[in-house]
Amino acid sequence: MSTTATRVIVTGEKSSRRSLFRRSRPEQVSRPGQRGRVVRESLAGYGFLIPWLVGFFGLTLIPMAYSLYLSFTKYNIFAPPKWIGLDNYVRMFTNDPAFMQSAQITLIYVLVGTPITLAAALGVAMLLNYRDKGAGFFRSAFYAPSLIGGSVSVAIVWRAMFASDGPVDTALSAIGIDLGGWIGNPALVLPAMILLAIWMFGATMVIFLAGLKQIPKELYEAAEMDGAGPWHRFRAVTLPMLSPVIFFNLLLGLIGAFQVFASAYIISNGTGGPAGMTNFITLYLYKRGFSDGQMGYAAAIAWVLLIVVAVIAFILFRTQRSWVHYAGDNR
Amino acid sequence: MSTTSFGELAIATLENQVDATPQQPRRKIKRGTWQTVIWFIVLIAVTAIVLYPLVWLLFSTFKPNSEFGSNMGLLPNNPTIANYAKVMEGIAGVPMWRFFLNSFIIAAGSVIGVLISSSLAAYAFARIQFKGLSILFAAMIGTLLLPFHVVIIPQYIIFQRLDMIDTFWPLLLPKFLATEAFFVFLLVQFIRQMPRDMDEAARIDGAGHVRIFWSIILPLIKPALITCSIFAFIWAWNDFLGPLLYLTSPENYPLPIALRLYNDQTSVSDYGATVTASFIALLPVLLFFLVFQRFLVDGVATQGLKG
Repeated sequence: MSTTATRVIVTGEKSSRRSLFRRSRPEQVSRPGQRGRVVRESLAGYGFLIPWLVGFFGLTLIPMAYSLYLSFTKYNIFAPPKWIGLDNYVRMFTNDPAFMQSAQITLIYVLVGTPITLAAALGVAMLLNYRDKGAGFFRSAFYAPSLIGGSVSVAIVWRAMFASDGPVDTALSAIGIDLGGWIGNPALVLPAMILLAIWMFGATMVIFLAGLKQIPKELYEAAEMDGAGPWHRFRAVTLPMLSPVIFFNLLLGLIGAFQVFASAYIISNGTGGPAGMTNFITLYLYKRGFSDGQMGYAAAIAWVLLIVVAVIAFILFRTQRSWVHYAGDNR
Repeated sequence: MSTTSFGELAIATLENQVDATPQQPRRKIKRGTWQTVIWFIVLIAVTAIVLYPLVWLLFSTFKPNSEFGSNMGLLPNNPTIANYAKVMEGIAGVPMWRFFLNSFIIAAGSVIGVLISSSLAAYAFARIQFKGLSILFAAMIGTLLLPFHVVIIPQYIIFQRLDMIDTFWPLLLPKFLATEAFFVFLLVQFIRQMPRDMDEAARIDGAGHVRIFWSIILPLIKPALITCSIFAFIWAWNDFLGPLLYLTSPENYPLPIALRLYNDQTSVSDYGATVTASFIALLPVLLFFLVFQRFLVDGVATQGLKG
């Protein structure tokens, strides 16, 4: 019996193949005369849930509603919020080039970085799946960066790596590509950030690898007997069989990428520079809300971020039927 | 607060399982020796690239300040441990051990909070049939996908009103209230895998939920709790945005914020101290990784089912 988070998510076992997360199904139908028991169960349930309920309502749901309200106000934490209607949102899209740039570079970072990271992760996972002996070491080695990649320490190292005359510059100069430092160059700092995201491919790779190991070998054998070459086998067997894992990694990868903060902050010394090219939406939100004291405006930015993330998740869920193949479908 | 959480959580859960299921007998394929050699060469090359920044960091901590800028290569020309001595003195009048201690308090406190609150919630979601279960469970899943930044402004206002700015409470309280849904979800999935026979037997014997939770479920899910602890520790240790928002005086700074001081103020003049402090901040995470990598990458269900 195997019902792990991801297995459930990616294979959508049994009844819930269209929903990402399985909801628990009541297994006992309450019989007459069991009312007392039902009440007791509910009391126990809510009792166990007290910390979570306080956190959910007090630190998530009500704050979200409050931040929605704040997004329609002018607010610095000292004076009471002043209702200004849609002004914050209007300003964002018509009168704030810094926001537009921030939205743009964030989207580039997310939409370029995530697919490349996934491709790299899948490629290395397939390489590791080729052989079991010795693969464990590489798997651990590749996994390590994803554990620390978001930290301040790594951001400091990254700055050094891509500095003028740093290791990357030196290596590229040796083969005749003279780009200079990446971090101070508005055209190259975003690629350096994307490379940092790609460097953290290990977590995604381990999920792909586990998914690959679950593809029945018979499928490859059958395809081989039908005369399918490696590329065709990849297209006809690996990709469809792995599509639930790809979906999962894509969804979580995109959502995670929107939230990059520490590395951009450290690499730009909190400025979002050079020329605003590391001013990711979370950094911009932080600066507006906490450095400039424009909390209403920052709340509006947060809500735009939430809506964009929700739209992307919605699109992915809507399109998954056309490209995500669940094992249960042809059972 | 962590942006990498999802992947790690998924690994923790998926990998647990993959190892728990009996390995399919792998088809023995005879492959040419040269193919294996190429395989190793390619992977060693990838490893070299992936680990280079970390190795560079380690070696750079032994570079004297004068070498930065002129020698950005791997090996120091004149190795020294002066950087370590300097870093131990700290920055902004606060000794390094203080930053370390702050980081440790925040990380250890987070682990305790996550373990208590998440296991309670997970038990309710996985084992108790109560009214409203499905809608609350759906809400919990929703928070799993929610970008944390939507709530930072109102949360800041709340903690400011509670007079908790410049204390560890804004960082710890959410952990005690199970706001990191990853852990709840991970534990729910783990508890659901556990056979119900034992709890049903205990119920017949008259045990209530508290008893079943404490004496049956908690011991059973120990491996998952270990995984949760490791991730909770590492994420809290690495967290930057939370302390940046809430901690204002240097003696309360954890390592990541202290690193920012090095990065902002002294990066030009004291590069050696900056990289050395960075390395020291990473050290516990790297050690954790080396010690617990089987828990992190390989998962834990196997041990759980065996034991």
